Amino acid sequence: MTRFTRFTRTTAFKLSLLYIAVFTVMSGFLLVYVAENTDHLMSEQVVQTVDAELKGLSDVYVRGGVRNLVDTIDRRSRHPDASLYLLVDFNGNALVGNIARLPTVVLEEADGGLRRVRYTRLGVDAEDVERQAMVRTFELRGGFRLLVGRDLGDQLRFSTLLGNALRLWLIVVVIMGAITWLFVSRRVMKRIDEISATSTTIMNGDLSRRLSITGNDDEFDRLAINLNVMLERIELLMQSMKDVTDNIAHDLKTPLTRLQTRIETALRDAKNEEGYRTALQATLDDTDHLLRIFNSLLRIARIESTAPGSVLESVDLNKLVAEIAELYEPLVEDEGGRLEIVVSQDLEAECNKDLISQVLVNLIENALKYGHPETGELVISLSGQEQEGRIVLTVTDNGPGIPEKDLDRVQDRFVRLEASRSEPGTGLGLSLVKAVARLHGGDLRFKNETPGLSARIDLAPVTPVSSGTKDGQGTTTGNTN
Amino acid sequence: MLRILVIEDDPEAASYLVKGLSELGHTADQAADGHTGLQMALDSSYDIMIVDRMLPKMDGLSVIQELRREANHTPVLILSALGQVDDRVKGLKAGGDDYLPKPYAFTELQARVEALARRPKSASQVETTYTVGDLTLDRMAHSCRRGDVEIPLQPREFRLLEYLMQHAGQVVTRTMLLENVWEYHFDPQTNVIDVHISRLRGKIDKDFETPLLHTIRGAGYTIRDAVH
Repeated sequence: MTRFTRFTRTTAFKLSLLYIAVFTVMSGFLLVYVAENTDHLMSEQVVQTVDAELKGLSDVYVRGGVRNLVDTIDRRSRHPDASLYLLVDFNGNALVGNIARLPTVVLEEADGGLRRVRYTRLGVDAEDVERQAMVRTFELRGGFRLLVGRDLGDQLRFSTLLGNALRLWLIVVVIMGAITWLFVSRRVMKRIDEISATSTTIMNGDLSRRLSITGNDDEFDRLAINLNVMLERIELLMQSMKDVTDNIAHDLKTPLTRLQTRIETALRDAKNEEGYRTALQATLDDTDHLLRIFNSLLRIARIESTAPGSVLESVDLNKLVAEIAELYEPLVEDEGGRLEIVVSQDLEAECNKDLISQVLVNLIENALKYGHPETGELVISLSGQEQEGRIVLTVTDNGPGIPEKDLDRVQDRFVRLEASRSEPGTGLGLSLVKAVARLHGGDLRFKNETPGLSARIDLAPVTPVSSGTKDGQGTTTGNTN
Repeated sequence: MLRILVIEDDPEAASYLVKGLSELGHTADQAADGHTGLQMALDSSYDIMIVDRMLPKMDGLSVIQELRREANHTPVLILSALGQVDDRVKGLKAGGDDYLPKPYAFTELQARVEALARRPKSASQVETTYTVGDLTLDRMAHSCRRGDVEIPLQPREFRLLEYLMQHAGQVVTRTMLLENVWEYHFDPQTNVIDVHISRLRGKIDKDFETPLLHTIRGAGYTIRDAVH
C-alpha cells in the first residue's frame, strides 16, 4: 500500500495521467467530429437517392399507369444493390416490391415524410431478420401508395467501425502513456533517485561525495552543478570549523595551562596580600590574552560565514587608505619608519569599509612588527590600483621578508613563524585578512620583494548600477579571478 | 549617581553588572526578560539602560524600539554576544545609543555608561566652548588656547581633544576614542591611539606646569583639572 501511494505520488505518475487524459479528450473529440460529419453526409446521400427514385417512379406512373410502374419496380427490385420498394393499393395489399415485413403505420401515413424503420427483405432474409432503412412513402393518384427506401447497413457498419477505432485508439493512448511513464520514471526518476541517494550518503557524514554530472547540460546537470558548489562550500565551512576546533584545542591549551600553573603557584607560595595581588594581576593579563584570541576567532568565523551581498557597498579607496595612513603615520614615525601611499585616482571598490580598514591595519601592524630592515629606515608603502579588472591593495615593507616555504603557511590560523614567537599577538591577524579577502571574492597573497615582503589582496571593482551585482548575492564567494 | 536598569537574562552576568555598578555608587535594578524590562523602563525613569540583545520573551532590539515608540529617550547601551559584521548598525538603527560586544572589560563598560549619562539631551544643550582648567576649546572658531597661548591643532587632534573635553573628568577608553574620533569599529593590536595621545599631550601639556591629560592605567585616558 505504502509502496503504491509512494508510486502514485511521483511526478512521473501524475504527468503520465495528465498526458493520457489530454490525449484521450483530444482524440475523442476528433473522432466524434469525423463520425458525426460522415453520418450526416451519408444520410443526406440516402435522402437524395430516395427522392430521385420517387420522382422517377411517379413519372413512370403518370406516363404509363400502374402496370408500367409495377414492371419498373419489379425490374429494379431484382438489382443486387437495389433500393427498397413497395407499392400497395388503397386496401393495403402489396402489388410489387422487395419488402417482406414492415410496420404498417409507415404505409398508413403516406405524407411523404422521411422515416427510419426496421424491415425484412423479401426473398433474401429469413423471417426473423430485421434491417434498418430510411424510407419515404408517397400517395399516388388512384389511392396507390408507393414506398421507396435505402438500406442503412453501410452507414451502421461505418459507425461500428468508428466506435471500434475509438476503443482501439484509447488502448493505444493508454499504452503510450504507460510507455512515457516508464521512460520518465526510469530515466528522470533514476537521476532524481541518484541525487537523493547521494545526498543521503552526504547527510550520513561523507561530505566528500559529489553528485554525478552526465554532461547533457540538462536541468539535472545544472541542479547537480549548483548542489555541488553548495556542497563544496559546506565542506569548506565544515573543514574550517574543524580546523578552528583543532587549533583552539592546540593553541589555547598552552595559555590555559600557564594560567593554571600560575594560580596553583600563587595558592602554594603567596605569603601575603601583595603576593596574591601580583598573581591575580598576572592571571588577569592571561585571561585578557585568551579573550582576545577568542574574539579574533569568532570574528574570523563570522566573516567566513557572512553572505557577501549583505555587507558590501561601493567605497572610495583613496579616502579609506588616506584615513588609515593618517591614523598610523605617527605610530610608524615613532617606530623610526615612514609610510608611503600610492593610490590611483578615483579608485572605488565593492567592499566593506570597516573590514578593509581592519585588513590594512593588520598588514601595517605586521609590517611594523616584522618588516624592519637590518639597516636603514623602515618604509611601509600602501598602494592601490586596478589590475586586470580587479582592485588590488598592497602593503609592502622593506624588511627581511619570509622564507619561500612559509609564504602560504603564514595565513593559517595561529601560525606564527619562529621569529615572531617572542612578539605579542594572537597569530590570527593574517587569517582575518584572508577571511576578509575571501568575503570580497578575492584572496590574500604574499610575495618576497627585493627587499621586503608584499601582501596583496584583490577586490571587485564597482560595477555600474545598470548591470547589477545581484549574481553574487546569496550564492558563494566564488573566486572570480 | 545614576539610576541604571540592567536587562540581562544571565543571572551571573547580571549580578556582576549590578554589583560592579553599585560599587561605583550607582543604583542598579535588574530585569531578567524583555517584557519585565520594558515595563520597568516605562514605569520609572532611569538615567541609563544596559540591554542585552538576546533576551527571553522579547529581544533587546524590540524592547528598545518599543521604548522609543513610547517617546522614552533614555540612553541605551546594547550588550551583544553576536558581534556580526553589521550587528552594530542594526543595534544603533533600532534606537540604541552605544554598542558593546561581549566579552567586555568592566572598565570599558563603566566608561561608556558614564559617557552616555553625560550625553547632551538635545542639540540646544551642546556647548560651543569646552573649558578644563586654563585650557579652552572653541568649537565654533575651531581654536584652542591654554592660558594666553594659542595652540595650533591638526583637524584630527582637534576632534580628539574635543571628545576628551566633552567627557572631561570621565575615563575614555582607547576603543571609544577609535570609534568616536576615527569612526573605526575594531580593536587595534598596537598602541596606535597612545601615539596620538602623546602627540596631543606634547601640544597641550608639555610646556605647561600642570598636566591636564592623564593616563588611567588599564582603562584609558581622562582630561581633568588638577584641582579635582
